[in-house]
Amino acid sequence: MLSHPVIKFLRRFYSGNTAAILGTLIVSTVIIMSAFASVIAENDPKKRVARGHQPPSAELLLGSTRSGKDVFSQVLHGGQVSLMVAFGAALITISIAICVGVSAGYFGGRVDEFLMSLTNIILVFPQLPLLIILAAFLGQVGPVVIALIIGLSSWAWGARVIRSQTLAVRNKEFILAAEVMGESKWRIILVEILPNLISIVVGMAMGTCIYALMAEAGLGFLGLGDPTIVTWGTMLFWAQSNSAFIVGAWWDMVVPGTAIAIFGGGLALLNMSVDQISNPKLKTGSYIKTWRRMKTEVEARRAQS
Amino acid sequence: MNQLTEATMVEQVVTNETGSQSIEVENLVIDFALDNALFNRQYMRALNGVSFSIKAGEAMALVGESGSGKSTCARTLCRLYKPTDGVLKLNGRDINASASKITQTELAKQIQMIFQDPFGSLNPVHTIRHQMYRPIRIHMPELKGDAIEDYMLGILERVGLSPAKQTAAKFPHELSGGQRQRVAIARALATGAKFILADEPISMLDVSIRLGILNLMADMKEEGIGFLYITHDIATARYFAERTGVMYVGHMVEWGNSDSVTQNPQHPYTQLLISAVPEVGRQRGSATVDGKKSRIPLWKPDSKGCPFAARCPKVTDQCHTEMPSVTQVAEDHFVRCFAL
Repeated sequence: MLSHPVIKFLRRFYSGNTAAILGTLIVSTVIIMSAFASVIAENDPKKRVARGHQPPSAELLLGSTRSGKDVFSQVLHGGQVSLMVAFGAALITISIAICVGVSAGYFGGRVDEFLMSLTNIILVFPQLPLLIILAAFLGQVGPVVIALIIGLSSWAWGARVIRSQTLAVRNKEFILAAEVMGESKWRIILVEILPNLISIVVGMAMGTCIYALMAEAGLGFLGLGDPTIVTWGTMLFWAQSNSAFIVGAWWDMVVPGTAIAIFGGGLALLNMSVDQISNPKLKTGSYIKTWRRMKTEVEARRAQS
Repeated sequence: MNQLTEATMVEQVVTNETGSQSIEVENLVIDFALDNALFNRQYMRALNGVSFSIKAGEAMALVGESGSGKSTCARTLCRLYKPTDGVLKLNGRDINASASKITQTELAKQIQMIFQDPFGSLNPVHTIRHQMYRPIRIHMPELKGDAIEDYMLGILERVGLSPAKQTAAKFPHELSGGQRQRVAIARALATGAKFILADEPISMLDVSIRLGILNLMADMKEEGIGFLYITHDIATARYFAERTGVMYVGHMVEWGNSDSVTQNPQHPYTQLLISAVPEVGRQRGSATVDGKKSRIPLWKPDSKGCPFAARCPKVTDQCHTEMPSVTQVAEDHFVRCFAL
């Protein structure tokens, strides 16, 4: 069991890679805490449980909002929605980017021309203003619509990156060999090309996740999301509209902001480590450590003799 | 020496090969577009009137410098490129005719390819077992379950990759260049192919293992597989192949029996090629034939004359205006040159 290739791969990935370990710890902690929000925080995030703007205390770990709701409970429950939106949007983005990028790269010619002109059109739209206009136009929209809007408007860069990678793989001789073998086009794409793009797709998925998290928070903060649903974005929106900082209730603003920063930072750390796989030139990892150890050993031996 | 017309030459090739299994290439012409213009698009002629045939159990070598159209020939036979003109026949059936309908799978079962780069021809993310299973699944649908595994291990043993079971579980990066090339050969064999197009199969291998791969291919040839052997190296062409064709800028300038072509080269380009083969003990610069230094021409559909005229030491005025016709110099030895 210990020699299974997946386990071998994970061991190699994590050994001496502090960024990867830290990133995994942060991301999994945030995900687990949000998933078990109702167990960890007993208070209903939408119910008034205390007086307004109570500072953090033993009873209310992270204080209360202006309307007397438990911030700790809100940040955990809000995390559920925010993370769902981030992951959902990233999933949509990646799926479209893979479909468009791989098809354009593999089939080439007319298909490529059509798909790439579509991609370029999407690419020249300024993203955030487009999101704001769409969200404003659709009214105060729920998290599902926000995930859709983010997902459908941000796949263009990914598609271009995947297309160029597909082009690089497409002219390798093993693809020609598969064609000469009589493999079907779809099998070539799914089984021969796609596994070669995995590392870049995973790295991109994490990058998109961070972007979607920020975009969701941004839209929520601007009041374009449904303010009755608790997310990290709407928490910031309420804190801002109740002038939390001005009245000295810093926790109301800092808590959701920190949550976003911590989760985004965790993903970025993971992303960096995955980048080292797809681009080994970035890799330092355990080699520097090994080199230092060898150096001290050699110096110790020299000192002896 | 008797002058043959184009038509009789083609006819002779065809009548030679009726009956047994064969690949025939007749007057193959391929143009590649040089730009993407809507009007007045420029073409280059990658192959011009190339004819040859491969019989089962025999090897035909194509020799020539880079860009002479050797690989293009092979890739066209696999339908990776579409011929502009000319006929490709597999066992007498036209490969590209819409009427005869040879499907890609049918074609793949008969003709397989081995590539130059053993590091690029195997997918790095799959094990050898996976790479071997696919051709068997596609082309041997009658094999099921354990029979596939046995068949696969048998082929791996046959190409000299034993212990086969351990090799099958490995990834390409765990094998050496020679071993990978053996896997590529095994993969081509697994379909039950009758013809293998070997596109410089040994040029990227260590000199010490080249002979092993050549001998493996020679064994397969004895078992009845026909080879198209593409190479830069005219010496290995003589070692491995019964017949040799020398190509220059998309034209076959000299062809015939390998011994005859290499021992008694008639075309100035063939002489130049042979004098370029490095030999132990020969001084640098003492090559017997000296070609003129000139650019290799870009052949276009309206280009005239002999493609080698610019570099030929025996060039005459006629060479610049007229394509030399085919001259038979021995029983199985043909040359396209005026200066004989």
